[in-house]
Amino acid sequence: MSDPLRIVVVGNGMVGQKLLEELAERRPSGLDITVLCEEPRPAYDRVQLSSFFSGKTAEDLSLVPPGFFERDGLVLRLNAKAVAIDRSLKQVTTSTGETLPYDKLVLATGSYPFVPPVPGRERPDCFVYRTIEDLEAMTEAGGRSKVGVVVGGGLLGLEAAKALKDMGLETHVVEFAPRLMAVQVDDGGGRVLRQKIEALGVTVHTQKNTVEIVDGEARRHAMRFADDSVLETDMIVFSAGIRPRDELARASELGVGPRGGIVIDNHCRTLDDDIYAIGECALWDGKIYGLVAPGYEMARVCAAHIAAAVPQEDADEPPQFTGADMSTKLKLMGVDVASLGDAHAATPGARVCVYTDERKQVYKKLVVSEDGKYVLGGVLIGDAEAYGTLLQMMLNRMELPPEPEFLILPSGDGAARPALGVDALPDAAQICSCNNVSKATICAAVRDGAHSIGKLKTATKAGTSCGGCVPLTTQLMKAEMKRCGLSVNNHLCEHFPYSRQELYHLIRVGRIETFDELITRHGRGRGCDICKPAAASIFASCWNEFVLKKDKAALQDSNDYFLANIQKDGTYSIVPRIAGGEITPEKLIVLGEVAKKHRLYTKITGGQRIDLFGAQVHQLPLIWKELVDAGFESGHAYGKALRTVKSCVGSTWCRYGMLDSVSMALAIENRYKGLRAPHKIKSAVSGCTRECAEAQSKDFGVIATEKGWNLYVCGNGGMKPRHAELLAGDLDDETLIRYIDRFLMFYIRTADRLQRTSVWRDNLEGGLDYLKDVVVHDKLGIGAELEAEMAQVVGSYACEWKKAIESPEVLRRFRSFVNSDAPDSNVVFVDERNQIRPATPEEKARFKGVPVIAESA
Amino acid sequence: MDGSNMDGPSTDTGWTDVCAVDDIWPNTGVCALVEGCQVAVFRLVDDGQEQLFAIDNGDPFSDANVLSRGLVGNLGERLVVASPIYKQHFDLATGECVEDPGVSLRTWRVRVADGRVLIAA
Ligand SMILES: Cc1cc2nc3c(=O)[nH]c(=O)nc-3n(C[C@H](O)[C@H](O)[C@H](O)COP(=O)(O)OP(=O)(O)OC[C@H]3O[C@@H](n4cnc5c(N)ncnc54)[C@H](O)[C@@H]3O)c2cc1C
Repeated sequence: MSDPLRIVVVGNGMVGQKLLEELAERRPSGLDITVLCEEPRPAYDRVQLSSFFSGKTAEDLSLVPPGFFERDGLVLRLNAKAVAIDRSLKQVTTSTGETLPYDKLVLATGSYPFVPPVPGRERPDCFVYRTIEDLEAMTEAGGRSKVGVVVGGGLLGLEAAKALKDMGLETHVVEFAPRLMAVQVDDGGGRVLRQKIEALGVTVHTQKNTVEIVDGEARRHAMRFADDSVLETDMIVFSAGIRPRDELARASELGVGPRGGIVIDNHCRTLDDDIYAIGECALWDGKIYGLVAPGYEMARVCAAHIAAAVPQEDADEPPQFTGADMSTKLKLMGVDVASLGDAHAATPGARVCVYTDERKQVYKKLVVSEDGKYVLGGVLIGDAEAYGTLLQMMLNRMELPPEPEFLILPSGDGAARPALGVDALPDAAQICSCNNVSKATICAAVRDGAHSIGKLKTATKAGTSCGGCVPLTTQLMKAEMKRCGLSVNNHLCEHFPYSRQELYHLIRVGRIETFDELITRHGRGRGCDICKPAAASIFASCWNEFVLKKDKAALQDSNDYFLANIQKDGTYSIVPRIAGGEITPEKLIVLGEVAKKHRLYTKITGGQRIDLFGAQVHQLPLIWKELVDAGFESGHAYGKALRTVKSCVGSTWCRYGMLDSVSMALAIENRYKGLRAPHKIKSAVSGCTRECAEAQSKDFGVIATEKGWNLYVCGNGGMKPRHAELLAGDLDDETLIRYIDRFLMFYIRTADRLQRTSVWRDNLEGGLDYLKDVVVHDKLGIGAELEAEMAQVVGSYACEWKKAIESPEVLRRFRSFVNSDAPDSNVVFVDERNQIRPATPEEKARFKGVPVIAESA
Repeated sequence: MDGSNMDGPSTDTGWTDVCAVDDIWPNTGVCALVEGCQVAVFRLVDDGQEQLFAIDNGDPFSDANVLSRGLVGNLGERLVVASPIYKQHFDLATGECVEDPGVSLRTWRVRVADGRVLIAA
């Protein structure tokens, strides 16, 4: 065996990390890789950096799978910066004074934010927007600021502006050029974009050249512009473009471009055969790519070339980098913005077609070839639905229909525009450019069983970065499923040719109150264990009648049927409501006494309540009676319903608490108790950002800040943990409740059966922005309706245990046998740690004939 | 003829009177003790048509006596009950498990006389 090839990688950013993954995939051994990472943490998703403000943590953003750096032949040095390259000795010097020899060196140093040389730019509370540390510092400053300015109206600048706006600051964008996003968008598009952004409450200043920053009068800084106007602000974020980090290359006389960037060839090699450069620091064919997808492509090319240098590799011709498409689609402050290919129609002979609707604030421009046959580029503002279609037509050079303008014109009759027939796409068509996922890969995953967009994302990574390809991916999935003869229908079951969402609508609009009526009017057969509980849940969400009413009882799952949780031995557990986890000593004693009397196993739940196990059917009403008499209510632990609202002690006791989290948790739990939903709903309220109640792992969670409540939604613990996302911040009590009303009712309306909010959110087209549009901005105009529906449920709440024990007819059902008062002799308990537990089958066999020890009077 | 509804006088021997028909709510089940065995008795009502079925109450997959508490309905042509523990379906007429036809439950004869439900092995 020859000596391992020593590789030094400078930079562990997005592209550097991709290189490591590619190398690991190609050559698990035979390489000796050292990675120098200047930042204090390994690679994270810079593209999603702004989600840090909506609650994502550094761990959430990490791009490094657990254990990745624990393999042989791979060493990661954090906080280690490369400071010099000695090309003749082939070694790299680090900031810690070490020298590292290399056979191959890869520069993946990315870029740095350009800060214009304005006097005063070094003042405190002036920031750039590139790393997690930058954002942490901005958050800190945001907390003590009222006004914020972003210098630069490009893509990143607008993202930064949104962050400032979300922090509750009065926000300004200052741009040197005459329009926003000057690189991607033309004048017409810039105008519409500006109107939209201003409508959101951000002030846009174009053609402003900042000449100095000095002390302000009312605010911390005063920015003075070339036209002598002045803008006062507390903090400033510079986002005036990026510059390649080519300083190492310059110092060691590798070639750099006139405006920076390390010159590379088609194998990503610099002029030194043993040194490569990839990602944003690299200059290929005179171009720097400020996007992640071309960087990933370079990483693949570079990894293949390095692998080919190892002798035992059976060498296929390594692939080459041949340029990349720079089309982008994003949602900036809720505004769709897309730019494709030759957006400025610079191609000779290019023909342009523009559509503008000033009232709706939509701007679309299509650039086609001289012969009108091919898409060359385009700009879409305000409505970017056509992006996926246009992009694929452009990239795959698909011939256009005779009147291509229809691709961007709204259709007069309101019918949908003809979408791109996905069948027309070649197998190699790249659908997700962020993660390089082709049509063939997506279709293969669908054939392997990924039949929802959520599963498809997990299986292929398509749509997991910028999300722009999700509509097209969904289309592909549906087409492929159809091709495989799989029904694309989301019918509930054989009895109803409708999705749960449609069934909800039919019930609500048709005012249907019984299952008989529902199945007669809209279904067939007798129903089953899928559609009956689903219908029961919808009836409860809409009309909130007692679930054990005679015509409803037969629809309930066993848990709802007996208002308790069935356990593996057929006995039940009982969970009284302990709202917010707050309980008096008296009530605590009652729980102990009831448990003792009926010999129930007791355990504290994760939701701050107490679970009593081992009750047989006939014992349930007796136990409830004692609990209800002592002032307890059903905790609905058995229902697909609101479970608990966990809380910390909040400002009442805690020296860090900002607001009274217990009172809020009580108010929320008492408001939504009994609310039936497609699945269970958990919540929590934390009194400060230390987050002791773990609100960000709940379906909806509330966290107190100095400025009010932050509402997080669609989190989940359990099987597939998901961090909740910030839906709205700094809310007063009333607005908070209003948003929760809307959020919950919207979920109840539109989710599939047994779909938790987290999965619902992953499958929601339009994602978090859409959810904000519906809940916060009331884009669908259904806010009041959702609130009214919630008011009806809240107003008709009644404790189900109490209703059950007050109805002799219902009580008669609570017997183990219809013709005997005997208990079920198959239920056997043994003692363990001074409590009961179900006997194992072996123990049961041994005890046969011995009376049941947990039987109570 | 298991599972069909045979109206007639209760003159045969071996029949156990377990409850009134009205003690079983439409489209639900109850559990009866018959000769020391737990029997799940279901009352299905569709378009005014009544049918009674009786199968073992014990769920072979969980070893718990729970089938009388399962949801009833149809899968295609078959009338079934779903176990509340692990959700397998059992054919009410034959006792066969739909998901695992190798597993079968004992069925019992049922009939109605003077508004009473009678069960026999
Ligand atoms: C807020 C934001 C939003 C973005 N949104 C998008 C988007 O929507 N779509 C898109 O395609 N792109 C987007 N980008 C751009 C994308 O993040 C970059 O294209 C991508 O990160 C480039 O990867 P890279 O590895 O080349 O550089 P980086 O990710 O910047 O990594 C370079 C790393 O090298 C380190 N380094 C530099 N010099 C040295 C040295 N001498 N020694 C050791 N380490 C060193 C740096 O500290 C850094 O960690 C966005 C960027 C930002 C900041």
